[in-house]
Amino acid sequence: MSEEPTLVVSKIRNGTVIDHIPAGKAMDILNVLGINGREGLRIAILMNVESKKLGRKDIIKIEGKRLSPEDLNVIALLAPSATINIIEDFAVVEKHKVLLPNIIVGVLKCPNPTCITNKRGEFVKTRFRLISRDPVKLQCEYCGNVVSGDEVTKLIAKRR
Amino acid sequence: MKELFYQRDVISILDFNRESLEVLFEYADRMLKHIDTKLSLLNGKVVSLAFFEPSTRTRLSFEVAAKKLGADVISIVGEEASSVSKGESLADTIRMLDSYSNAIVIRHRYEGVAKYAAEIAEHSVINAGDGKQHHPTQTMIDLYTVKKLFNDIDGLVYGVLGDLRYGRATTSFLYGLSLFKPKKVYLISPESLRVREEVLHVLKERNIVFEERRNLEDVIEELDVLYVIRIQKERFPDPLEYEKVKGSYKVTLETLKKGKKNLKILHPLPKVDEIDERIDYTSYAAYFIQAKYGVPVRMALLALIFGVEP
Repeated sequence: MSEEPTLVVSKIRNGTVIDHIPAGKAMDILNVLGINGREGLRIAILMNVESKKLGRKDIIKIEGKRLSPEDLNVIALLAPSATINIIEDFAVVEKHKVLLPNIIVGVLKCPNPTCITNKRGEFVKTRFRLISRDPVKLQCEYCGNVVSGDEVTKLIAKRR
Repeated sequence: MKELFYQRDVISILDFNRESLEVLFEYADRMLKHIDTKLSLLNGKVVSLAFFEPSTRTRLSFEVAAKKLGADVISIVGEEASSVSKGESLADTIRMLDSYSNAIVIRHRYEGVAKYAAEIAEHSVINAGDGKQHHPTQTMIDLYTVKKLFNDIDGLVYGVLGDLRYGRATTSFLYGLSLFKPKKVYLISPESLRVREEVLHVLKERNIVFEERRNLEDVIEELDVLYVIRIQKERFPDPLEYEKVKGSYKVTLETLKKGKKNLKILHPLPKVDEIDERIDYTSYAAYFIQAKYGVPVRMALLALIFGVEP
């Protein structure tokens, strides 16, 4: 067995690697992405591995699927430090940091109980607009409610 | 600017600019001249009034406005009177109204309903109040009233008093003022009924000079317009919270004597106990004329949405 803990899982040929996820957040990230494993994708989840930057970190490797930046940027809600590597033929062909998108659809639950998005029997996806990046402030496009800081991560709806 | 109204949805007053509101006011002036006649501008059109929450003025003035323009009106009054009470979704109800009529006026206790309805319906949707959020047509009337009284909306000092947390009329009024250039706006409320963060955000973004205060007495001398709203009992999640603030503010004649002589009081009505009844009979009270302007302003809005000229 290698002494390098990051070599426990082999490299992927083609796909997406989400790196620099704060330790313990990998499952939440998959939830935000709406990935539950039943899609048939080969996925490696590494948790609590050593990291020079973060001390400990999580990594997600998704074989055979190139996730678009639009899909992945929503990860910034949970892991603003995350980096995305797009892999082709074992080589990193694209690398970028996540950036919170201006509109977030269907990911967060509005905390306002009288928001239309919380009305039973209506099919309406939540829609939040980014009104401040630092500190993070998001506004519900339906009811106008503003959510910020730590509150935001608590509002991530179960998607799996 | 007329094009800005044609076949559009009216969800928030912030969807408009001052130039378009000035066109609306000019139309309202023209409607006032025809107020005692029945026009045929909207002959053959049907306007739906879907009021899932109680209303007197808004519903009746919309009905009168539509009928005076020659339109027919169909109504849903209260959830119990529609199939929503049988479990039908709001979305399906909207689809039906959309197929039976040429415009939908909607009021609901949930915030965002009008926007949701507008996403479903092909015809114009007019927000007649969604929870504590928007009441754009009330604001059109409020601003029109100020313009009629002072010949201008800019340059005045406004006091907005009461339940600023749950009041949709005050929220919309503040958004509406932000389209103009008020000299200053005082937000006067008990601590627990302070204006919500998203409203402050808009005022700041639009460089409105404002100050939060707790007592009307401290600022009464400066005010040109005092906008009062009742405590919105029905929106308190906890009845105990309501009990704590019940009766916490009241405009009295004694307070007004310290103010400007031509101070005008607006109120979207209904009022409960927040204004001394003796004030009703003074020149301060502008709220009955404000309510009366509901018809010409809503006639103007409907005419502009349908693209007809008085």
